[in-house]
Amino acid sequence: MYCLGRREWKFEKMSLLNIELISASQLAENAQLVEYVQLAEYVQGAELERGRGVIMKQKKAIPRLYKSHTSFSNVLFTVCNTLFMIAFVVITLYPVLNTLAISFNNGTDALRGGIYLWPRKWSLQNYITVLQKNSLVTGAYISVARTVIGTLTSLAANALLAFIVSRKRFLFRRELSLFWVITMYVNGGLIPVFLVYKGLNLTNSFWVYIIPGMVSAFNMLVLRTYMGGLPDSLEESAQLDGAGYMTIFIKIISPLCKPVYATVALFVAVGQWNSWFDAMLYNRMSDQYTTLQYELMKLLSSVTNQSASVETMKNAAASVTPASTRAAATIVTMLPIVCLYPFLQRYFVTGLTIGGVKE
Amino acid sequence: MAITNKKKVSKRAYPITWKEVKRQKVLLLWSAAFVIYGFIFYYLPLGGWVIAFQNYKPKNGLFHSAFVGLEKFQQLFSDASFIRVIRNTLAMGVINLAATFIMAIAFAILLNEVKSKIGKKTVQTISYLPHFLSWIIVTGILHDALSGAGIVNELLLKFNILEQPLNFFAYPKYFWWIVAFANVWKETGWNAIIYLAAITSIDPCLFEAAAIDGAGRWARIKNITLPSIKPTIIILLLINVGNVLNAGFEVQYLLGNGLVQSVSQTIDIYVLKWGISQGDYSLGTAAGIFRSVVSIILIILANQVSKRAGEEQLF
Repeated sequence: MYCLGRREWKFEKMSLLNIELISASQLAENAQLVEYVQLAEYVQGAELERGRGVIMKQKKAIPRLYKSHTSFSNVLFTVCNTLFMIAFVVITLYPVLNTLAISFNNGTDALRGGIYLWPRKWSLQNYITVLQKNSLVTGAYISVARTVIGTLTSLAANALLAFIVSRKRFLFRRELSLFWVITMYVNGGLIPVFLVYKGLNLTNSFWVYIIPGMVSAFNMLVLRTYMGGLPDSLEESAQLDGAGYMTIFIKIISPLCKPVYATVALFVAVGQWNSWFDAMLYNRMSDQYTTLQYELMKLLSSVTNQSASVETMKNAAASVTPASTRAAATIVTMLPIVCLYPFLQRYFVTGLTIGGVKE
Repeated sequence: MAITNKKKVSKRAYPITWKEVKRQKVLLLWSAAFVIYGFIFYYLPLGGWVIAFQNYKPKNGLFHSAFVGLEKFQQLFSDASFIRVIRNTLAMGVINLAATFIMAIAFAILLNEVKSKIGKKTVQTISYLPHFLSWIIVTGILHDALSGAGIVNELLLKFNILEQPLNFFAYPKYFWWIVAFANVWKETGWNAIIYLAAITSIDPCLFEAAAIDGAGRWARIKNITLPSIKPTIIILLLINVGNVLNAGFEVQYLLGNGLVQSVSQTIDIYVLKWGISQGDYSLGTAAGIFRSVVSIILIILANQVSKRAGEEQLF
């Protein structure tokens, strides 16, 4: 199959798929051809991108072919199930939407309560207050920096390690895999780790966010599984043409791994953006390396303690309360991820399913 | 699912010879770099366990602190608060594990039964949302919802279940359940992904055949869906049993307060309190070692039990 040009290959796959699907649809009692064509397009798109076998996936994607019974118990089930799903969605979404509404509401007015999904008295003052807080702005810069730098370095390191251990010819592939898998189960614990970082001068520095977590065994395994599924002939033919291992890694394997790179990048980026404990533990003393999440945490705990400071008095004049500022800060902190994740769904679904593979 | 793949890693493809080493020079150099990195950041801290057997003082360093043998462990187990901390960690670990597990499986199965494609997709997208929020945000939201003026109290008052607002965070008896709820809220949709993938890989013929034989939806769930995803469930259970003692820091740290201290403190918080804040590094390390060792024993035990029962294994 690989000796065919890319176009022919695609064509072969398409025809294969169509034959399969038509026979499947003939079996169906009430075949809806339109749906199958859409399905075929969907499967093709997904499969061509991944360059994997078609038949397995197609089996998964075929909708159920029987008609559902319309008996009483079935109707009851559907009703209960729908109610459950609605309740689930409400419980998940309400707190977030409520925070959003409060963040856009006048702070003193919000204290009266009764704000649910829509602001009563619109105001942007909360956001202005948040953006004027220096510590939050510094935190935002650091958070963006650690997310970008951390994701890139971590992806590069994990990919290279996965490339090495997925080479069938590599002499120590088992040993090197085991060396990393062990780190998933055993770790030194908080204090020894703290002392090591301190000894390496990583505390009170930006690099504590980047360097220690660069390689993670889990992400390495996800990448290794994917790379292991690529044909060996790619590597062999490149070697015949005189390519070294690094060329193979950068020019041949990496372009094929784009989907799984996206998955790992997403995992790392979310972890970087959301982590706060490292800022608290290692950079407590240096305000210039604080992160957005840690600043938010300080804001939240100061509110729950109900401390009346000079700042609170000052805010009262601008009709901004701690609770409303906190809502605005929460929204700012969650915004980047909440806007992005719906579009990246298929990447993390793939990643989790690959990650479940054990060896 | 490929989880059940039992293929052993093959033996070395090529013997170690000079020719082969030269050929793989680049790979070997890079892997040496990775071994050094891994040694420093993952294996060196293990060497730090030695300070649990010392009376470690930062000014003396690792090599000049006096050895005290098991004294720190004795001190640990004679401390009533540490025993309470173990109880809290175990209790919350087990409650969380059970709650998140059951909810994720139930959610995956029920979502799979939703007929409307758009509805299914929408619910699923929304269900992932909380996973992407940090614990800081989740606990902040939870504080708002459960506080005296929060939505939960408002609803309870409206339906006359409560006479007056109740601050749930002030009573130790609610704390474990609040933590369990927080975990369920945050992770149900995310944990369900893997079960949904397992469910979609079930052969549709099975469902058809059962439907033709007159099996209702409950019967199909009970007799086809659940048995089919059993291997996945067992593997994930095995992985998570080992984590029972590990899962318990962020939520408890962020939600805990002085009033519920007796039930909110976990081993990790204890380590943080004694190790970092009070400066007794040796005691903190001893507590950390205890947790790690128990975790590893739990993983091995769970694996053995599963092996005896003829089920899936981790290793």
